[in-house]
Amino acid sequence: MGSFYVMSLAPAPSMAASAAEVAAPHGKSSAGPTISIHEFMFSPTSLTVTAGTTVHWKNLDPEPHTIRAVDATFKSDALDQDDSFNFTFDKPGTYRYVCSIHPQMVGTIVVKSAAH
Amino acid sequence: MSRPTVDRGRRDALKCLAYGGAGTLFTLSAGVLTPVDLAVAAGKDPAKATGTPLFVQISDSHIGFDKPANPDVNGTLTKTIALVNALPQQPAMIIHTGDITHLSKPAEFDTAASLMSQLKVTELHTTPGEHDVADADVKEYFSRFGKPSKNKGYYSFDSKGVHFVSLINVLNFKPNGLGALGTEQIEWLEKDLKGRSASTPIVVFTHMPLWTVYAPWGWGTGDADQAMGYLKRFGSVTVINGHIHQIVQKEEGNITFHTARSTAYPQPKPGEGSGPGPLKVPPEQLPTMLGARTLTLKHHPNSISVTDTSLA
Repeated sequence: MGSFYVMSLAPAPSMAASAAEVAAPHGKSSAGPTISIHEFMFSPTSLTVTAGTTVHWKNLDPEPHTIRAVDATFKSDALDQDDSFNFTFDKPGTYRYVCSIHPQMVGTIVVKSAAH
Repeated sequence: MSRPTVDRGRRDALKCLAYGGAGTLFTLSAGVLTPVDLAVAAGKDPAKATGTPLFVQISDSHIGFDKPANPDVNGTLTKTIALVNALPQQPAMIIHTGDITHLSKPAEFDTAASLMSQLKVTELHTTPGEHDVADADVKEYFSRFGKPSKNKGYYSFDSKGVHFVSLINVLNFKPNGLGALGTEQIEWLEKDLKGRSASTPIVVFTHMPLWTVYAPWGWGTGDADQAMGYLKRFGSVTVINGHIHQIVQKEEGNITFHTARSTAYPQPKPGEGSGPGPLKVPPEQLPTMLGARTLTLKHHPNSISVTDTSLA
């Protein structure tokens, strides 16, 4: 995984563009960090973003995977190869998620408050 | 391909037997459930298939799967159905042990239903696999198959003196965890079994194994021990599942565990490769992988012949 393009998509003016590292976003979807799902791994496994960020997941495996928050905050349908899922994190907190088809696959999103 | 016939005590022999094929017919003989490979049961030597046909287990059809490991999962399920329909004596029911679909899509369920409607046997019992409950709202499976369990996923019924228990272990996975039954279901099981005679043959069917085949890939059920505790006192308990697309069998006291092959594609042996998933084999080899092993039981004398058969 290379660098991320991080920016706010939520209507939070103070949060305009806090891009630590900038890269051209892949694909057609809106900008935001992408977690690739490859060889039964979420990569990166742990990601820290600011509130309001939309996180993308893209499944590169020929095997389907899902994104299921342990606390059910967000959940995807089954993602076949090359399918994507987006979720915008508005509330700060630590979100653990699993693939409901392969629960050995675990990831974490840490959402930090936008305002300092 | 044929293996030498092995003569030994039946009980002892069961311990080390694998059986399978595209589907497995369970026959009831003197209160003992006997798995007989479909290809044998439907095939050339009907004398080998003794007893009363009780049910046929098919598993892991993965309708919607279109990758190179098997570009025609509809075709291989259809072949399996033809084998079942060719049985000289039709069983009372079919049990599908999950992963009916690959992605829980409505169209996949519809195709599966359409294919399975070709079965001569109309009584169909199911338990979902994790691929059947992979839609975000977990509604597609239950809207079609949720009725017997009132959408809980677990239920029981009786047929021909056998008590059948359908369990669900593909919801509420914990991170790094195995499959799970959950407290509510385990408590229900305890009540369901309470008061039943220990001589009642029990069949438990579920999707993931109720014993740990390989923990790093989640091939097991974390809280199965408690459930097994309630089953121990019964004289004959048969636990069947799918999920791992290969044949593994184990015996613990009066409980035998049987995992079934898939009608769709093989999976690697535990720990081989980066993870569980479709095992790509040369196309000409695939039908062989889908049908592999056959077991024939003859009660007199207690001899067992194991034959490798295939869908090819």
